[in-house]
Amino acid sequence: MSLDQKTRDELREIAARYPEARSGLLPMLHLVQSVEGRVTPEGIEACAEVLGISAAEVNGVATFYTMYKRKPVGDYHVGVCTNTLCAVMGGDLIFERLKDHLEVGNDETTEDGTITLEHIECNAACDYAPVMMVNWEFMDNQTPESAVQVVDDLRAGNEVHSTRGPRLCTWREAERVLAGFPDDRADEGPAAGPASLAGLRIAREKGWTAPAGESKGESK
Amino acid sequence: MTDTLTPVLTDNWDAERAWTLASYEERGGYAALDKAFAMAPDDVIAAVKESGLRGRGGAGFPTGMKWGFIPQDNPKPKYLVVNADESEPGTCKDIPLMMASPHTLVEGVIVSSYAIRANTAFIYVRGEVLHVIRRLQRAVQEAYLAGHLGKNIHGSGYDLDLIVHAGAGAYICGEETALLEGLEGRRGQPRLRPPFPAVAGLYASPTVINNVESIASVPSIIVNGPAWFAGMGTEKSNGFGIFSLSGHVANPGQYEAPLGITLRELIDLAGGMREGHELKFWTPGGSSTPLLTPEHLDVPLDFEAVGAAGSMLGTRALQLFDETTCVVRAVLRWTEFYKHESCGKCTPCREGTWWLTQTLARLEKGQGSEADLDLLLDQCDNILGRSFCALGDGATSPISSSIQYFRDEYLAHLTHGGCPFDPAASTTFPSLSDTAAGATA
Ligand SMILES: Cc1cc2nc3c(=O)[nH]c(=O)nc-3n(C[C@H](O)[C@H](O)[C@H](O)COP(=O)(O)O)c2cc1C
Ligand code: SF4
Ligand code: FES
Repeated sequence: MSLDQKTRDELREIAARYPEARSGLLPMLHLVQSVEGRVTPEGIEACAEVLGISAAEVNGVATFYTMYKRKPVGDYHVGVCTNTLCAVMGGDLIFERLKDHLEVGNDETTEDGTITLEHIECNAACDYAPVMMVNWEFMDNQTPESAVQVVDDLRAGNEVHSTRGPRLCTWREAERVLAGFPDDRADEGPAAGPASLAGLRIAREKGWTAPAGESKGESK
Repeated sequence: MTDTLTPVLTDNWDAERAWTLASYEERGGYAALDKAFAMAPDDVIAAVKESGLRGRGGAGFPTGMKWGFIPQDNPKPKYLVVNADESEPGTCKDIPLMMASPHTLVEGVIVSSYAIRANTAFIYVRGEVLHVIRRLQRAVQEAYLAGHLGKNIHGSGYDLDLIVHAGAGAYICGEETALLEGLEGRRGQPRLRPPFPAVAGLYASPTVINNVESIASVPSIIVNGPAWFAGMGTEKSNGFGIFSLSGHVANPGQYEAPLGITLRELIDLAGGMREGHELKFWTPGGSSTPLLTPEHLDVPLDFEAVGAAGSMLGTRALQLFDETTCVVRAVLRWTEFYKHESCGKCTPCREGTWWLTQTLARLEKGQGSEADLDLLLDQCDNILGRSFCALGDGATSPISSSIQYFRDEYLAHLTHGGCPFDPAASTTFPSLSDTAAGATA
C-alpha cells in the first residue's frame, strides 16, 4: 500500500526545511517509521520520489543507520546499554534478564507486539549506569528487577514515566518527533537528574563560583 | 585563586524550569547577542582566539583559529554545524547540557554564526535522545518568537535560521565529515581531506563544525571577556570544562572545573570510589583515549599533561573501574563496539576491528596463547595511522594500553581457562544478582 497524501505532504515539508532537499532524508525516514512502524518499500519509494533520487540510494542510506528498522517494531522499543561501562555496572545482567522474561532474543519483538528488545551502545548517560532507553527516553540507574517492572507495566498498559523525562509515548509517536514534528511535551520532566547536578550541588554548598567577569561585579 | 569547581555552563541547571526562555533570560541569558552585534564579526573571532578556547569535542583544536580559516572572500554561503552526536563511550556532558539549558547552546550558535557570517546553522543531534530533541526544538521555536533568531535579529540587520536535525544512529557521524554526509542525506562515511570543511564542507561551502560545549562556551566569553576565560585553566589549556565521572565512584555525575584539575581531586569531590573498593583503571576522555591507572591520579587533566602521560584529554569522559572489573572483558566490549561502528570505508579498520575481536574473544575465553598478545599489538600497528579516520586509531587505544598495564591479567585468563572475575561483583546490585549471574556465566 502506498503512503497517504498527508504523509507525502509532510515528507515534502521536511525536505523544504533545508537549503538542499536531500538533507531531509534522515528525518523523512523517521517519519516513514512513525507512519509505517518500520522502513517499508513504499516508504522508500515515497522518499525517493520526493527527493528525485533512486530507491536504491534511499535504501543504501536506510540500511546504514541503526535506528531504522526493517522488521515491525513494537509499541515500545526497549534498549539496554551494553557498552562497557553499563555492561560492567549491570547492563549485561539486565539484558539477560529481559531476554528471559520476555522470551525474545536481541532485536526481536514479543508475540503481543508490545516490546521490541535490543541491546544498544553508549547513550551518553554513563553517569546514570546501568541505563535503559524506552523509545529513546532515559530510564536511569536500572536493576534487573526495575527493568522487568518497566516492561511489565508497559505490557499491562500502565502509565510509565522516564526517570528524567515525560510519560512514555509510543515508538511511532517518538519517531514523529524525531522527524521534526514536535509533540508539545518539552515541559514535562525535570531540567536535570541528580547526577547531572552532582558538581553544582557541591559548588553551591562550598560557595564556589567562576571568577567575576569584566562586565559584572560578581561572577555568573 | 580560582575555586575548585567553576560552574558556568552548568550554573543554571538547578534553576526552576531551566530549559525555558523565561528562566534563561531571567538570569541574563541572550546578553551576549547585543554585545557581539556591537562588535565587528572579525573582532568576535579575535576574542574567541584570545580566550584560548580549544575544541571540547575531543581533539582540542583552537576554536577561534578554526573560525579564522573560513575564506570570507568565498561567495558561497557559510554554515555553522553543531556536533551534538555525543556517542563516544563514556561521554555524557552535551546531552545533559542540551536537556537542562538548550538556550545556552542556541545563544552560542547565534554569536558563533554571526562571527563566521553564516545565515544558516544546524544542530546535528543524535537521534537516540528524544527528550533532548524536544527541548532543542522548543528552545529554537522560543528563540524565533523572541526575535533572537530569524530576520534582522535585535535590529542588527543580521539574519539567522537554525535547524535542529536528528540523526539516526551511527557513532561515526560524530566524525565531522561523516556528520556532513549524514546532514546531506547520505550514508555517514568520512570524506577525504583536503579539502577541509572550512573551505568545502556542507554543500561544498565553507563550514565550521564545533562541539556543543565549545559553542555553548562562547556567550560566556563574549559577556565576561576573553581574559576572564583565559584566566582559568592551565597555560595552554585555558578555561573550564565539564568533567563527566561515571562508573565505580560514590557520586557519578557532571563536575565543571578549570582544565588541569586532577582525577584525585575529582574523585574526592565525588565522595571517593564506592565503599570498600579501589580504582583499577580509567579512561581520561572516552574509550578512544588510552587507559590510565592509579599511578596517573595526579596528572593535571589538560591537553598537554594527559598527552604526556600517554593518553589524551579527549572529551573528559572519566570512566572509572574498580578492582572487581575484568580489563579484558572491558576491552573486548569496546572492541566489539568499534567493529560494529566501523563504517566499512577503509580496509585497515573494517577488517582490522574484526580480527581484533576474534583474537580478544579467544583470549577472554582463556583460549589461545601468550603469542596472541603480540598478534594483537601487531594488528593494532596495522590499523593505527593507516586508517582513513580516527575511529580506527581509537579502536586500538584500549587494546594497546591494557596490554601495557595489565599484561598479567590477560595471561591469567589463559592459566585460569577463562575469566577469573565474577561479573556480578562489578555491578551496582552485587547482592541481588547471584541468580542472574549464574545465567551468563
Ligand atoms: C569516530 C569519531 C567520533 C566523534 N564523535 C564526536 C562527537 O560525538 N561529538 C563531537 O563534538 N565531536 C566528535 N568527534 C570529533 C569531531 O570530528 C570534530 O573534531 C569536533 O566535532 C570538532 O569540534 P570542536 O573543535 O569544537 O571540538 C568525533 C571524531 C571521531 C573520529
Ligand atoms: S577508519 Fe573505520 S570508520 Fe573511519 S573511514 Fe575507515 S572504516 Fe570508516
Ligand atoms: S556506557 Fe551506557 S550510557 Fe554510556
